[in-house]
Parts: sequence; structure tokens; C-alpha cells
Amino acid sequence: MDLRLTAEQQQLVDTFSSLYAREAGSAQVRAAEPLGFDKSLWEHLGDLGVTTMAVDEARGGWGASLLDLALVAEQQGRHVAPAPVIEAQVAARLLTTLGGALDDRLVTVALHPGVDGRARLVPAAAVADLALVPVGDALVVAEVGDGNRTLVDNLGSMPVADIVIGAARSLGGPEAVEAWDAALDEFAVLTSAALVGMASAALEVTTAYVKEREAWNQPIGSFQSVAHRLADVATAVDGARLLAYEAAWAAAEEPDRFAELASLAFAFSSETARDATYWAVHLHGGYGFMLEYDVQLFYRRARAWSRVLWSPAVAYRRAADRRYVDS
Amino acid sequence: MDFRLGDDSDALREEAREFLDAMLTPELIERMYRSGVSHDDDFYRQLAERRWLAPGWAEDMGGQGRDPIEVLAFSEELSRAGAPYVGSGTTMAVAKMLQAVGTEEQKRAILPRVMRAEILMVLGFSEPESGSDVAAAQTRAVRDGDEWVINGQKMFTTNAHIADYVFLLTRTNRDAAKHKGLTTFLVPMDQPGIEVQAVYTLSGERTNIVYFADVRVDDFWRIGDVDGGWKVMTASLQDEHGAAFGGDSERLLTDVESWARHTARIADPDVRERLARAAAEVEVARLLQRRAAWMMHAGITPEAEAPMSKLFSSEAFVRQAEDFAELLGPDGLRSYFDPTAPEGGAIEHALRFSLGTTTYAGTSEVQRTIIAQRGLGLPRPR
Repeated sequence: MDLRLTAEQQQLVDTFSSLYAREAGSAQVRAAEPLGFDKSLWEHLGDLGVTTMAVDEARGGWGASLLDLALVAEQQGRHVAPAPVIEAQVAARLLTTLGGALDDRLVTVALHPGVDGRARLVPAAAVADLALVPVGDALVVAEVGDGNRTLVDNLGSMPVADIVIGAARSLGGPEAVEAWDAALDEFAVLTSAALVGMASAALEVTTAYVKEREAWNQPIGSFQSVAHRLADVATAVDGARLLAYEAAWAAAEEPDRFAELASLAFAFSSETARDATYWAVHLHGGYGFMLEYDVQLFYRRARAWSRVLWSPAVAYRRAADRRYVDS
Repeated sequence: MDFRLGDDSDALREEAREFLDAMLTPELIERMYRSGVSHDDDFYRQLAERRWLAPGWAEDMGGQGRDPIEVLAFSEELSRAGAPYVGSGTTMAVAKMLQAVGTEEQKRAILPRVMRAEILMVLGFSEPESGSDVAAAQTRAVRDGDEWVINGQKMFTTNAHIADYVFLLTRTNRDAAKHKGLTTFLVPMDQPGIEVQAVYTLSGERTNIVYFADVRVDDFWRIGDVDGGWKVMTASLQDEHGAAFGGDSERLLTDVESWARHTARIADPDVRERLARAAAEVEVARLLQRRAAWMMHAGITPEAEAPMSKLFSSEAFVRQAEDFAELLGPDGLRSYFDPTAPEGGAIEHALRFSLGTTTYAGTSEVQRTIIAQRGLGLPRPR
């Protein structure tokens, strides 16, 4: 057992963490609202090869492991960075696995099948050029543009849109739909890492606040009613991080367990980020409720980034489908 | 990053599983429950013969020279199987403490007998008026020449009725500050003035109150310096905070999965959701415990991380037991070992057994305080 990052992984983390620190500070995150997309940040990420890195070497990418991508996603979550990194990475992997090629266009992936010619709440569809959408027995690449998308103002300031599936090209039949379903496991793992980063950042901000803020002439962090809540949050965050890493690691190392672990990690980190950000807002008192304080940025996204895929209950049931394949 | 424990750990785990399958007969499990005693002399001797009492100790000390990860793989199996390890566990906690701070004569007198499973040692920390606030102990030890005279009582001294020695926390100086007037002794149980009274608990476990009335102990049995008991305690409590209950959760989950399969309730989405939630918690408990072991292996003391493991695993176990007992409906009321009970009543038992796990070996409140102060750096209350 070894929980250390390799030198390369540490470098990867440092690279993205310093980019996000520079380009996705709280002012930039706020300036990108309500759309939730910062074009300049996205270009910087493109310069780092954020999409290309996710694709297999045999298909022209850099062949990053899912664990590498999870480490990047964790940094993205820490900064609640307004850029569709997970969407683009998962879509690029899925598209190239099915023989498609990448170009300059931004490709995203629908998280739920298209019904009646529409796909709802497609992440990143407010800014993407193409979306991979399962429709019946086929997976299609649908063109997305202002003519067929409706932007949706939403809790998490995410660039989601409802789209009408118009011009589309089929990527394949039931097997392609299965590949899409498997890609959701990747989306789940990367999102769980992002949620861990978000929960962790909310915990740090709150820990610093309760050390400073005084009531009855002492820091409120010295009260057990406050300290014990944060101890529970810290424990859950550490557990969620280990589970997210393990799930991402399993993709390459224990593929038989991957799908189950991915859903478990997603469910657990969704609940952890939900609770961590609730306590972050609450323990800031009235200030936590003010838009001016950053904890609300985490609170809204902890719910939105996860809910757009599955609720914890849905994720637990999906994990059970993998765990109890025979029944 | 690598989440595999490694080939040596896997091999040891396999060996442990075979051994436990053979040893833990239904009769032994039922006898343990009926007697309320998580100890079995034969099992204890068998562990000793295989050098499994302290697999992490060097071979010349009776161990196997295993690293902390291998030791963890082994203890995961003991815990998952529900083996009678409380008696050997407290004995080894005292043995480890002796190994660290005992005199050479004390080690010679005790450790070889421990490694042959000849003696059993128990922990005498809690008192009727002090539990979590362990340094508030009032049991008195007063020097009389080469001896000490002990008066007082200890509470929840599990296995005291079959023990050979009790590792006793006493107050030797009433004038000094709370933590500076404590001294620890290893007190032989077989002597006049010691009376053990049974205490029965919700889980079925028998524990004890131990009364000490003018009990005389040779100074030879003093561990550490006079009034230096807190230093000895700090080391041994750290060890206690490493306790975790993920193995018990895992056994409970397996039992409920088995129930769900043969009642066909496993097709019910609500049942599946509850099972998966427990599976996530079991995995997280396992990872938190493994991380603490990995840190020790890397030479880092898991000051906040071991408490996280204990806190999470016990709290999750309580939640699961309650949830599964409700899931079973009225049938969940049928008692452990009642012939009509689902899964032999294992879920009913888990409900009662889980309650103690958030209390002993450091309550959840104590663990949260340690995590808040040492992990998050939050200030102590003024």
C-alpha cells in the first residue's frame, strides 16, 4: 500500500493548482456567473492540454490515467473553477474510444438519454459545440448551437442547457450506448474527486473562520458544538477522498471493482460535500448567508455538480446493480 | 498510489482465514455470547503458537517481524470473523506498553509468559466517577517501604474475572496537578483485597467492577516513574485510539446481504440502496484504518487519522445496525441464537453490540475533540 503521489502526479497537481489559483480566484468565479464559463480560463486549460491528456496515446492523446484526471478534478473542485473540464475529458475519451476524432470544437456528454428529441440539463451544453447523447438504441453526436439550445439559469451557475436534438450523426448502436453508460462511471469518479476538493476547501475556509471569530470572548472553534461538527466533516472528507482515489485507481488496477466503486464514491462524496458545505455556511453565522462570503459558492455547486448526474440514492442503487449483478 | 496491501499481506490474510474458519466453530461463537466473554484460552494458545499475538514484533521476541500493513491485514481478518480477541487485545496492549517503558526485569517476568499465552492482562483505567476524563482517576496508591498500598475501584474492567494482571492507573499525589500525580502499576490479580464483581451489558458482554481494599503491591510492579503515569498512559491510549470496527460492519453487511438474497428482498430498490450505503461506509472505514496503518509504516504518527478511523467505523456501525434492524421489520426483533431469528439473530445482536463501540476505547466525543485540536488545529476551550 502506498498513498503517496508519484513525482509526476505531484507536478500535475502543482501545475493545475497554480493555474486555478491564478485564473480561478473567487473574483473570477463570481465574474463568470451566472453562465459558469470563463473563456480565458478555458483557453489556459487548453494550453495545458486538459482535454488531450485524457485521451489514450494510441488515439493521439497523452494517456493520462483516471487517477491523474481525478487529481486534476480535485483541484478544479477546490477552486470551483468555471470550466467544463470533466465534461470535455469524459466526452473526448468516449468519442475517441468509438472511433471519433477530436478537433477544435468543444464536445460534451449528456448524462441522461435524450427523450422526445430533447436532452435536458446537458452539462456544458451552454458553451459546447457538440454533445454525445444516447437516443434509443443509438449514441449520437448532436450539433449544439444557439438555434437548438435553451440556457438554464440554475442553482450552481453551471453552463447547462436543454437541447433539441437536430443535426446528429450516429456513433453506433447498443454497444455505443453501453460505452456511454460506462463513461458515466468515469464522470462519476471525476465528479466525486471535484466534490472532495470543494468540500475540503469549504472545510478549510470554515476552520480558519471559527479560529478567528469570537463569541463570549473566545474563538467559536473552541466550543465543542462547533469543533465536533467540523471533526465529523474532516473525517468524512478524508474518507471521501480515499474512496474517490481508490475508485479512480481501480479503473486501471482492479477493473472488476471499478463500476461499483465509482458509484459508491460518487454517492459518498455527494453526501460529504452536501454536509460539509451546509456546515460551512451555517458556522459562518449570518455571514455565511451573505453573497459576499465565498462559502455560498461552494454550497451551491456542491449540490449542482452532483445532482446534474445522480442523487446519492440513485448512485447507491446503481452501485447495488454492479455489486449484485446476479440478482 | 497503490491500494493493494501487497503479496505478503494477502498471503497472511489467506492463512488467517483458513485458521479462523477452522477455529471459530458455531459452538465457540455461541459459547462466547452465552458467557459474555470475548476470550477463549484455546484460541489464545493457538494464536501464540503461530506467533500471531504480536505479528509485528521481531522474531526473537515471539513475533513474525511483520510491518504495520501486514499486521493490519491480519487484524482485519480477526475483526471480520468476530474472533475472541478482546482478552488477547488488552494483554497485548499492556505488553506493548511494557516493551516500550518497562524495566528489563519486568519485561523478563512478563513478556515470555505472554508470548506463550500463559497470562491475561486487563486495563484498569475507568472508574465510577471518571471515564473519558481518564486522568481524573481517584484510586489511591500510597507508598509503604518497598510496597504500595492500593485502595479504590475500577469500572468496566473487562475480563478482570479471568485475568492474571491488571494494568492500573492510580493517584499517588493529591497535591500535584491532575496529570502530574498519577502512577501506573501492573497489579497481580491473585491476592487478597481484590474483589471482582460482574457487570452485564446490553450487548451481552460481561464486564466488571474491581474493588481494591488495602491491596499491597511490590514496587517492582510500578511501571514508569512515580507521578509519571500520564506519560505511560499517553502511549497506551494512542494505541487504544487505533481500534476500529469496520470488520464488524462488514460482517453485519454480509449477514444482511445473505438475508436479502434468500428472502428475495434483494430485488427491492429500497433494500439495495440501504445495502450499498453500508457498503460505501464499510469501504471508507477500511480505507481510513488502512491509511492510519500506512502512516505508521511510513513513520508518521496518525494523531488525528487513527481517531478518524475509530470515530467513523463505530458511528457507521451504529447507523447500519439501526437501519438494518428496521429493514428486517418485526422479524428483526427475534433474538440472537433464537432458532427462529433471521441470520441467527446476528442483526439483533449487532444492534445491541454496536452501542458500546462508540464508547469504549475512547468515546466519539473524545475522538472528535482530538481530531478538532490535532487535525484542524482548533483551540481548546478556555
